[in-house]
Amino acid sequence: MNIQQLRAQFPQLGRIVYGKPLVYLDNAATSLRPRTVIDKWTDISSNRTANLHRAVHLTAVEATEEYEHTRQDVARFINAPSSSEIVFTSGATHALNLLAFGIGEAFINQGDEIIVSEAEHHSNLVPWQMLCKRKGAVLKRLTVDDNGHLNIHLLPSLITPATKVVAVAHISNVLGLVNPIPEIARICKSSGVLLVVDGAQGIVHQTVDVQQLGCDFYAFSGHKMYASPGTGVLWGRKELLEALPPMFGGGEMIDSVSWESSTYAPVPRKFEAGTQNISGTPTLSPAIDLMHEMQPADDVEEYIYETLTSEPGIRLYGTTDNLRQKAPVFSFTVEGAHHEDLALILDKMGVALRSGQMCAEPLMDRFGVTGMLRASFAPYNTMSEAEFFVSSLRKAIKMLK
Amino acid sequence: MTLQEKKQQIIDDFSLYDEWLDKYEYLIELGKSLPPYPEEKKTDDRLIKGCQSRVWLDAQMSGGLLEFSADSDAVITRGIICLLISVYSGRTPAEILSDDFSFLETIGLKENLSPTRANGLLSMIQTIRNKASENV
Repeated sequence: MNIQQLRAQFPQLGRIVYGKPLVYLDNAATSLRPRTVIDKWTDISSNRTANLHRAVHLTAVEATEEYEHTRQDVARFINAPSSSEIVFTSGATHALNLLAFGIGEAFINQGDEIIVSEAEHHSNLVPWQMLCKRKGAVLKRLTVDDNGHLNIHLLPSLITPATKVVAVAHISNVLGLVNPIPEIARICKSSGVLLVVDGAQGIVHQTVDVQQLGCDFYAFSGHKMYASPGTGVLWGRKELLEALPPMFGGGEMIDSVSWESSTYAPVPRKFEAGTQNISGTPTLSPAIDLMHEMQPADDVEEYIYETLTSEPGIRLYGTTDNLRQKAPVFSFTVEGAHHEDLALILDKMGVALRSGQMCAEPLMDRFGVTGMLRASFAPYNTMSEAEFFVSSLRKAIKMLK
Repeated sequence: MTLQEKKQQIIDDFSLYDEWLDKYEYLIELGKSLPPYPEEKKTDDRLIKGCQSRVWLDAQMSGGLLEFSADSDAVITRGIICLLISVYSGRTPAEILSDDFSFLETIGLKENLSPTRANGLLSMIQTIRNKASENV
């Protein structure tokens, strides 16, 4: 599929804002939706709406088939050993919260330690803080160096007999750097520590094979990988998922209920309480199909990387000699120009990007800034859009100087 | 100039620009002209919540009139502050409280800000109104 054919799949790419074509560079926050995803959502909403798993009528059977078919597609997509290891959630945040709760109840006692990297999105930090508070556990920080790389060499000495969990992103939503998960997994495994990976960005930019990564859990959202918002996945090793208690009770998660107590459904349904996202979750299937057809725009990434690292007055966070180890997620600051001013002016030029703390306040503190600007690209972004972004950025900087 | 006249002057100034980029240029120029704000007054109790950029606002009563001074680390926000101060500084608290602040909508400022910035603007207005209430 060439880029024009790909672009034709995404209706919002035809959007005009302030009389100018929209240049959408906020993909790391939310990607756009292709027609196949919109059509899937519309088809189920129009023709196949019914609650899952329970009823015997035809529409319920069809809705359930769609949903369970997607579970198999997702399992194949990340090479999970079994589709019963795929838990559907409302997104990565939901997945990480139910995980932190379950791990906390099953494995964490007072004085235990949890190691989290300082480059995490708040969604892979706050649930662990909450757990530490609940259980009297200790949160430890895995730092990053000045280029934004995790200080992996410090990890073995951070791990003590009290350490139970390491939680890191596959790719930081700010720095865009690919963390060496297999290496971290080896360190964790040798110490008997669980490894939780926030794959919200990783699933978009990497070919994910959870068995090859060697982690114990991998969480991601649908809305960043072109599927419907309000969808997400938690993958976990089956024996571990079975050991975790559910966070939410009621609905389809039960096996049997008496007045005194309940038994729970087997995994993954134990974790899928309440009515599921009947129309949304099956959109993961067409999204996965399209992702197989997408080619990463390496030339765009190289051009933006070269520009932002050589332009005077601009500091790019997350630098590397090997661009294969960086996703097209570019967070930067401009000397003498506030990130919010730049984002506001660029918006009026038709360029949509993100400004602020990027849900990673500890990382902002690490680099001593109050916020950054982030341009994040998808395979449907063209070289001419990249060039338009650069010339618009230069104009905006000039306006503010 | 009365409060009404000052507001009309700003509405007239803004009507000269068709393009929002030109309006931003104008706000940037205003922002750069904002008088210096003392570093020691950049305290947490003067910090306005709800802004992506940081905004400090100080109010002093002098001869029955409220005098505002303010600062921000973002220059477009400084421009907006400059507009607000030029309209509301040097007025009596009663005058400020009787105003509905609708000129910001007339010039299209509120609708043309990002949600975070619009929240910040509402917080600035609320802070000015609170300072007036405290000093009636």
